[in-house]
Amino acid sequence: MYTWHKTAKELVGPLLVVEGLEGVMFDDLVQIQTANGQTKMGKVLEARKGAAVVQVFGATDGMDLKGTKVRFFGSPYKFGVAESMLGRIFTGFGEVNDGGEKIVEEMQVDINGAPINPFMREYPDDFVQTGISSIDVMNTIVQGQKIPIFSVAGLPHAELAAQIVKQVKIKRGGEVDPDFAIVFGAIGITFEESQYFINEFTKHGALSRTVMFLNLASDPVIERIVLPRLVLSTAEYLAYNKGRNILVVMTDITNYCNALREVSAARKEIPGRRSYPGYMYTDLASLYERAGRVDGSDGSITQLPILTMPEGDKTHPIPDLTGYITEGQIVMNADLHRRNISPPIDVLPSLSRLMSKAIGEGKTRKDHAGVANQLFAAYARGKELKGLMKILGESSLSPEDLQFVRFVDAFETEFINQGTQTDRDIVESLELGWKLLSLLPEHELKKVKSQDIEEFMRKYQK
Amino acid sequence: MTQEHGAIYSISGPLVVGENIPGARLYDVVYVGSSRLIGEIIEIREQKAWIQVYEETSGLTVGEPIETSGSPLSVELGPGLLTSIFDGIQRPLSELAKRSGIFIARGISTPSLDRTKKWEFKAVLSRGDVVSTGDILGEVQETTIITQKIMVPPGITGTIASIQSGSYTVEDTVAEIKAEDGTVHKISMIQKYPIRRRRPVSAKILPTETLITGQRVFDTFFPLAKGGIAAIPGPFGSGKSVSQQQIAKWCNAQIIIYIGCGERGNEMTDVLKEFPELTDPQTGKPLMDRTVLIANTSNMPIAAREASIYTGITIAEYYRDMGYDVALMADSTSRWAEALREMSGRLEEMPGEEGYPAYLTSRIAEFYERAGLVECLQSNDKKKRMGSISVIGAVSPPGGDLSEPVSQATLSVVKVFWALDASLAYARHYPSVNWLQSYSLYEETANRFYAKLVDPEFPSMRAKAIEILQKEADLLEIIRIVGMDSLSNADKVLLDTAKSLREDYLQQIAFDPIDTYSSIQKQKGMLETILTFHEEALGVVGHLADDADISKMFVLPVKKRIAMMKIRKEDSLETFVQLLSEVKKELTDFKGSDLQMGGREDMYKTINFLEETPEAE
Repeated sequence: MYTWHKTAKELVGPLLVVEGLEGVMFDDLVQIQTANGQTKMGKVLEARKGAAVVQVFGATDGMDLKGTKVRFFGSPYKFGVAESMLGRIFTGFGEVNDGGEKIVEEMQVDINGAPINPFMREYPDDFVQTGISSIDVMNTIVQGQKIPIFSVAGLPHAELAAQIVKQVKIKRGGEVDPDFAIVFGAIGITFEESQYFINEFTKHGALSRTVMFLNLASDPVIERIVLPRLVLSTAEYLAYNKGRNILVVMTDITNYCNALREVSAARKEIPGRRSYPGYMYTDLASLYERAGRVDGSDGSITQLPILTMPEGDKTHPIPDLTGYITEGQIVMNADLHRRNISPPIDVLPSLSRLMSKAIGEGKTRKDHAGVANQLFAAYARGKELKGLMKILGESSLSPEDLQFVRFVDAFETEFINQGTQTDRDIVESLELGWKLLSLLPEHELKKVKSQDIEEFMRKYQK
Repeated sequence: MTQEHGAIYSISGPLVVGENIPGARLYDVVYVGSSRLIGEIIEIREQKAWIQVYEETSGLTVGEPIETSGSPLSVELGPGLLTSIFDGIQRPLSELAKRSGIFIARGISTPSLDRTKKWEFKAVLSRGDVVSTGDILGEVQETTIITQKIMVPPGITGTIASIQSGSYTVEDTVAEIKAEDGTVHKISMIQKYPIRRRRPVSAKILPTETLITGQRVFDTFFPLAKGGIAAIPGPFGSGKSVSQQQIAKWCNAQIIIYIGCGERGNEMTDVLKEFPELTDPQTGKPLMDRTVLIANTSNMPIAAREASIYTGITIAEYYRDMGYDVALMADSTSRWAEALREMSGRLEEMPGEEGYPAYLTSRIAEFYERAGLVECLQSNDKKKRMGSISVIGAVSPPGGDLSEPVSQATLSVVKVFWALDASLAYARHYPSVNWLQSYSLYEETANRFYAKLVDPEFPSMRAKAIEILQKEADLLEIIRIVGMDSLSNADKVLLDTAKSLREDYLQQIAFDPIDTYSSIQKQKGMLETILTFHEEALGVVGHLADDADISKMFVLPVKKRIAMMKIRKEDSLETFVQLLSEVKKELTDFKGSDLQMGGREDMYKTINFLEETPEAE
């Protein structure tokens, strides 16, 4: 079989240098046996004549050079996937983690995937309903889109993720798609958070249509680099081989990037901005770009990565590079959270780039674009006036201006603040939008069509 | 025994080091490993060669063979380029899809141009004619709108020994040229040309015309010359790609090369699906008929991303040499620079600023220098032929901070700077070009050109409009400190005009079927109307008391007409004349009216404005 090599020469963080080898394969899968009999896996990060730099998946503490044995499998890491993974929980390295039976593999896939040929992509133009008004109406998510949630430490993004997973649905030919499934990746989260997710999903029956991969904060850092690739390989199999529509939720991408930085530092690579590796854009793209829809398959992969912005700074490399790759962002806001608005989604900096083609007649409802633009414009104006009011006092505003100020409050407390347990259908959300718009002077509603005003808003005017 | 191939010495991501490769030369293409991945030699030291590999290297093994192709990385130039979509090393993506389905497999080598398709070659010259590099031998109708000129390839001179019109594949010989030394060159319709080498020209000349894009903020305020270079830097979400696509769709170049370099896959798909459906405003034919797309999305191999902009510009040069105006969009050059940085890091070169290699600046300058208006190379006695390449490069500065190396290196070479502003985008002002930060160094050229093309007054209108916007910024500063009350009526008129310029002129809705393109005549009409209102309004104010309430003036019915100018069809341009007289009439009436008269409640109803509001974005 495979020869065991006892020629480990260097151990630095998660990296192991092995010498005295012949014909090393780049990206090869490696098995490592430590002196105390532990077995770990790894992969070849750099292949040289006679030597290999191996990235060890798992903790390297307590390892020594003398007692370490290494063997190479002669093939990059492959992961066995199957439809029966639905409803199951796995570790960050793809092992069963719920005490259940092993999975009977249906196919072995290369976890790095391959780039989708842009020529074979289908442009995403179908609506995904999250049941959350501020997302569905204002920042509509589209099947095949990748749109991150930008959060800050201390905000309830876990609750938002759980709410989305519980409520999300898509329609196929007018019917709710029963095959719609979720692949959920938890990267470096705490034990408590992981239990929260498992409980929430179990309680609401969402677990049966979910594949979960969990890497806890106490688990090896290196697993965090592998986990998203397992998540996406599973998603690709379910989407393109099984024709399912898939939503991928990954939290927290910041932990992924920090793991990437850790490995890069151990390899003594030249650091880029804030000491993240220079190739982080390409690396993140190799994850995010695995979202999409393709020609000849009924399936789709929609990605909803969640990341906490360090210090709430949007120009930090993690949100910045993510923003350049993804198709918009949903931004959570600490101020709204402090005022008990839940989920605290700030619609102004949020943006869904693909939204325009997935809404309107035949997709959601014909008035959708108008309502979304009008709500946005009115909210932006009202917020500005509110700021002015703080400085100059209420007397400085005209009665019309005050209508806008009141609109802002109503919009936040009724439209955005729906709570974590409410699931709103898109029609319900749009109607609520009209109800709020009816608070404004009608001649100011320039973004909606007048027939739509007649059809949808009249009934709310007193 | 001589070895035919070398061997892999080490592998690290896209960088492979090979040893003992026979015939290895710098920048030659090599085939790496038994799956024959395509790579390029970028460094040679003694027996070793450093190779950047254009495909995923996972699974390559030390010791596998490396073989050189003996020629530098080249593109194939000939009929069939237009309407195609290639990856960064000119492999047709449609062909790759046929071979490997939805994902791109490795080690596929496929010809860039279809070898089986027959083209109608019409000879222009005849036997016995003396020719040299660049002379047009014949023509091929490549698409409905573009005739490809088959030229004498670089380095060949002589007498035509044979030439024959007819139906040929790209590899068939269409002509033979006998050189002075007696060698006979067989000429086919295909040329191979190394991407890192500029194609020769007779002379480079200063631009004289403006590239008209149909985008008001660009054409009127910050014009780009045909043959000029522009940069669009902007943070994410500021509408860089939409701006680039708008220019690609509507500009009056004859050939468009669109390079999606390290950008989103879905975005390229959008371009791919949309272009064939759009028609060119000049010819009414599908836009795709004049377009070559190069797509190397962010998850495709990084080395091919580095090559993609050279592949693009070499194709651009080829069409320029035929005498066409070519516009090349590169979205985004920052991703290209990052590819350079990544390779440089793996080569363990001494890093410059932010880890970018020290040669970043010279590489960027070198690339942009391939743009320009030129006199095409050909025999001396022929009538002069001009061609141009205009380059529009997007830059994606991290965090929107322009002090980073790629933005700075770009700014030091480009002549036009279209600064996209996140705060404008945030306020949904599109295109989010900041009118105070942007500049164009082709103003003089454009002034001369527009004066001839549209109206001798146009340059001064433009200057006036910029002045108003600049003054607005100053006034806003004052208001911030002392409040609105301090303003004179004339200032209020200016603020109103500036608002009108911003909302009714600068903002342009890419998704509106009419507003997406404004002819330069329409632009002039619109600008003239807004400025006439300004002048007339100032005239009115001059006749009134300083403390007169003029707020009603800004809601005159004609203001709504002005707001709707942008969605007026091009063929109703004469209405601008009518609109102008209305502006004058209403303001004259206003002057004569009783200013203390109650507000005209019916004002909002005079025109059903809402009905005609374009479908929101």
